[in-house]
Amino acid sequence: MTDKIDGQIVGRGAAEGARLFREWFKNLTGAAERGEHTAYVFVMGSIAEILRVFDFNLVFPEINSLQTAVRRVAHEYLNVAEDYGYSPDICGYVKADVGVQLRGGEHPMGKIPKPTLALLTNACNTYLKWGEIWERLYNTRVLTVDVPGSRNARGQTWAGDPDFEHDRQYVEYQLRELITACEQITGKKFDVDRLREAMRHTNAMSVAWRRVLELNKSKPAPFNALNEGTIYLGVANALRGSPEGAKYFQDLVQEMEYKSAHHIGTLSEEKYRLTFVGVPCYPIFRRFYELFSEWGGAFVASTYLEFAAGGLNLGYEYALNRPLESLAEGILITVRHAMDAMFFQNDWLVEGIDQYHVDGIVYHPIKSCRTVSTGLADNRRAVMAARDVATLFIESDMMDKRVVSEAQMKNRIDAFFEGLATRKLHAA
Amino acid sequence: MSYAAGVDVGSTQTKAIVVDEDLKIVGRAIIDTGANVVTAAEKAFQAALKNGGIPDEEVEYIVGTGYGRYKVTFGNTQVTEISCHARGAVRMFPGTRTVLDMGGQDTKAIRVRPNGEVVDFCMNDKCAAGTGRFLQAAAVALEIPLPELGPTALRAEKAVTISTTCTVFAESEVLSWLGKGKKIEDILLGVHKSIGTRSMALLRRVGIESEVTFTGGVTRNQGMVQVMNDLLGFPVNVSEESHYMGALGAALFAMDRILASRAPTA
Repeated sequence: MTDKIDGQIVGRGAAEGARLFREWFKNLTGAAERGEHTAYVFVMGSIAEILRVFDFNLVFPEINSLQTAVRRVAHEYLNVAEDYGYSPDICGYVKADVGVQLRGGEHPMGKIPKPTLALLTNACNTYLKWGEIWERLYNTRVLTVDVPGSRNARGQTWAGDPDFEHDRQYVEYQLRELITACEQITGKKFDVDRLREAMRHTNAMSVAWRRVLELNKSKPAPFNALNEGTIYLGVANALRGSPEGAKYFQDLVQEMEYKSAHHIGTLSEEKYRLTFVGVPCYPIFRRFYELFSEWGGAFVASTYLEFAAGGLNLGYEYALNRPLESLAEGILITVRHAMDAMFFQNDWLVEGIDQYHVDGIVYHPIKSCRTVSTGLADNRRAVMAARDVATLFIESDMMDKRVVSEAQMKNRIDAFFEGLATRKLHAA
Repeated sequence: MSYAAGVDVGSTQTKAIVVDEDLKIVGRAIIDTGANVVTAAEKAFQAALKNGGIPDEEVEYIVGTGYGRYKVTFGNTQVTEISCHARGAVRMFPGTRTVLDMGGQDTKAIRVRPNGEVVDFCMNDKCAAGTGRFLQAAAVALEIPLPELGPTALRAEKAVTISTTCTVFAESEVLSWLGKGKKIEDILLGVHKSIGTRSMALLRRVGIESEVTFTGGVTRNQGMVQVMNDLLGFPVNVSEESHYMGALGAALFAMDRILASRAPTA
């Protein structure tokens, strides 16, 4: 009986996530052919809830770009952008997107529609320059929502604090501008009930995602935060604020609770529990995972699932009786958290050592994203000063296989596990 | 008596060490790696056996290390050179807390605990600047045999500054200094200092704690040893075995396995 249920539940999230993504790209292909309104948005603050009210198709250029790397064709797109004049040092996500645009939207998963609106936040400074590219290419209307960040480490303000209320009002004012722009672009009137509906779905996804992350504290961990986690993360962003997204995450909680209750992990033997810091190495996505799993290393937590989840990891729930006010509050808290998750993550990492029973922390700075990589060396030192924990620092890239040296990477990873084995031996 | 062996297949040379149950080195060999890595490993191992007069069948366990460790096809298992250099260094110099391994194509800084456990390590990244290859490039440009680089550098009066971070461009820079009439000794000392400075950056990343043990092929270069002593402000540990440290560590890991297999089980 259990075997039958296992077959129905275990692995469902990964399989269904892949199916939903294929479907999503198929819809985008249709939207491109029909010339429908499309908004280009980013994972750190997509504000999908408002865009869904106006029936925008959502395109996440970051996801498009990483998909070219996972499908091992990123170099083709990077070359197009570099031939056009972009430097090898520019963000690989930007360049792959430029390649997609210069190829008329051609993408390995389908056809990407052109943007009628680009919606940015200040969570990444490259977003701002990226938006300008579409503006010049297509005369796209670019809107930037400026979200006040934390003034200093652990210095966030919260509801009830006058500073917080000023920040929240500042975001709300910008959301009202966004709504006006959406009305102008689409010719549709804003419908607050549809906004509430989208927010309700996001609430369900947020509660579920937080629960999924917490369930990985189980031993063995029900999912690998590096590969399976990235699939879930993709759905969290692409289907944010949709009924399909809400259903997916409710099912995912069920799967993870089942796996946790039945002690079903991802490896035949989970020898080492690891935390991943940074963005995955997409050009050798599967192999990168294997370099750890072959040693019995399982990633049980990842900062990527925190800062790139659009804030869903916080479990924040919008108050549906005051939608715009609450949406502004949620965006302020979650986008601010995304920025903090990159910059003040050492506290979270140290706390996670006990919560997730972590044996080692793997830092993966990437050549073409200084935003997530700057500060990791300092972060690592801070974590090692706070706790006697094994760490590994390996640099490669999320897009460009020219700077991914598998042999060198393997050497460092092997040495890391040899050290972990010695630690366990001495601790025994 | 059982023996254990370590074979360190490096990018330039392959080293083999055989130890007995008292962890005493009883055989050693070093050969150029060349194009055929499998053959190099086999030849180095056989030469070490011959050096110690040890029959092949008495070697119970073999560990391969170095970049070519998976090409030690006759070996029982593989251990990275990071762990092996740390292990060998602590064995030779028990006070070792930091290891600097300078090989043909990479340089590693390793911080170790007294028991030989690796606490942290750092390596040059995707570039051979600051490694033995940098010295080779200078030797070619100046037409000086490799063994004479160190002694020549030690005769320098005032080192020139080698500013490039690229091994290939360093050759051009060396030639440009020659064109400006600088003495070969001064240029060479500049090359050594350039490598030393990059190594210091790696060492600082893992944290410099005395004693520092210098390992790898470049330890045979007295000029490099002197430069590291000067930069650190205290002398590094270096010995005849420094070049073999990776192979020695591998042999010690191999002996661990032999002894563990004999331990009574509950």
